[in-house]
Amino acid sequence: MAKRIDVKDLNLYYGKFHAVDQVSLAVPPHSVTAFIGPSGCGKSTVLRSLNRMHEVIPGARAEGKVLLDGEDIYASTVDPVSVRRTIGMVFQRPNPFPTMSIRDNVVAGLRLAGEKNKGKLDEVAEQALRGANLWAEVKDRLAKPGGGLSGGQQQRLCIARAIAVRPDVLLMDEPCSALDPISTLAIEDLIGELKKDYTIVIVTHNMQQAARVSDQCAFFNLAGVGQPGRLIELDDTEKIFSNPGQKATEDYISGRFG
Amino acid sequence: MSTATDLDRPAAAPAFQQVSTNRKTRNRIATGLVWTAFTAALLPLVWLLITVLARGFEYVLTADWWQKSFAGLTSRQFGGGVYHAIVGTLLQGLICAIIAVPIAILVAIYLVEYGKNSRLASAVTFTVDILSGVPSIVAALFIYALWVTTLGMPRSAFAVSLALVLLMIPVVVRTTEELLKIVPDELREAAYALGIPKWKTIVKIVIPTALSGIITGISLAIARVMGETAPVLILVGYNSFINYDPFAGSMASLPLLMNSERLTTNDVGEARVWGAAVTLILIITLFNLLGSLISRATSLKTK
Repeated sequence: MAKRIDVKDLNLYYGKFHAVDQVSLAVPPHSVTAFIGPSGCGKSTVLRSLNRMHEVIPGARAEGKVLLDGEDIYASTVDPVSVRRTIGMVFQRPNPFPTMSIRDNVVAGLRLAGEKNKGKLDEVAEQALRGANLWAEVKDRLAKPGGGLSGGQQQRLCIARAIAVRPDVLLMDEPCSALDPISTLAIEDLIGELKKDYTIVIVTHNMQQAARVSDQCAFFNLAGVGQPGRLIELDDTEKIFSNPGQKATEDYISGRFG
Repeated sequence: MSTATDLDRPAAAPAFQQVSTNRKTRNRIATGLVWTAFTAALLPLVWLLITVLARGFEYVLTADWWQKSFAGLTSRQFGGGVYHAIVGTLLQGLICAIIAVPIAILVAIYLVEYGKNSRLASAVTFTVDILSGVPSIVAALFIYALWVTTLGMPRSAFAVSLALVLLMIPVVVRTTEELLKIVPDELREAAYALGIPKWKTIVKIVIPTALSGIITGISLAIARVMGETAPVLILVGYNSFINYDPFAGSMASLPLLMNSERLTTNDVGEARVWGAAVTLILIITLFNLLGSLISRATSLKTK
């Protein structure tokens, strides 16, 4: 079930480079939060730290707290694998597993976690594909390789794969940046539906997209090259786009810089 | 009505030039050089194949050649076959592969997935590089010193396999390493993000993605070590009987057979040597074909 996220005093590093400075924010359950900001401002880094994918990069580390319904995912006793099972992620470029069929892609997370019951896997595959609005397009070719789908279909396949493990939160790192407008629309509609069951955080470079899909919006910025990124402002999307509290936010969304 | 309007005439001189003579000449010279290099590389190979086939092909056409050994035949009698040597070559190559492939693949996995830039990884890479430059005779003498002199074991087909392992490991490590490197990190991240542990990601996602190339690499490596001569000369005796026991007794193999029958200076010896040469080439070709067939069957499909 959807859970809330509270980030407290989060600092993120790549080796010696201080990438993100002192971020604190709250994401309520069943909401869509968009991260916007210029390139290099750390929004993707923050997103990746929310399910401990940040530390996968050699030398990367995180300081601070990320609470999922009050439980710190960075506590020393927590297994990062279980965190990622609870907080799913969709990436910028569609990345279906090339060795697997469409169905096997969707159930990969469950199957590799040890679920063997074929009937259950088939059921989950159908549910997840329906959830990702892809079922009608692929139901006749579930055994075909996932790599044969179009880019937009592949991205929805990746969303199906992420929701098949029944996470509480879904993180999306510029999920539409490699897609055409029609596929983008399909994914945006999907995000609106997924909100019923999941807490969603999405990074996007497209401000119209942020305005369309999100309930609240976080603007990140950096003082200059080599400086750490900071959270400038977090507020309801409507307020950010009509009457932002900070000058930098207004400059950015009105296109005066970035 | 006249349709010949201004549109039919060029409005201005063409904006684009022709390919300059200078560039044409350089193109011709480069093309010529490439073709010369290609021919120079191919010629010896074709020549060798024609010679071997012309001299030896007739002997391998009998059923006896593939089913019998030279047991009971003197060096003046035609007939018999190289079954004993085929058994030896395949057995030694197979034992070598069984030992070398798992080690090599695990080393490659360590280097790509775990070691990355650690000091141990660069030490391992350095060692593998050196190992791949070791001449086969040195590998053979090392195993002789270790297995026979130090441990007191008898010369045997197994000792040959051990020497071949030293030659095979670096080849398989190198190819596997390269193939694992080209598996995109995005796939690893996709798996991690599903809550799949790292080792399972490697076993179920990374290796299957690179599998077809790894199989090709292994079959090429097996084909290569089956033709190695130095280890069989030093580490096992020749005999003209069939021996299935890799741990005891002498065991023939095709390179070894060629080397000992070379000393039979009559038509019979000649027939045996050329026949064995054709047989070895056929077996190695077969292995390469088999490798590419398996790799095609396991390669990634999008349809």
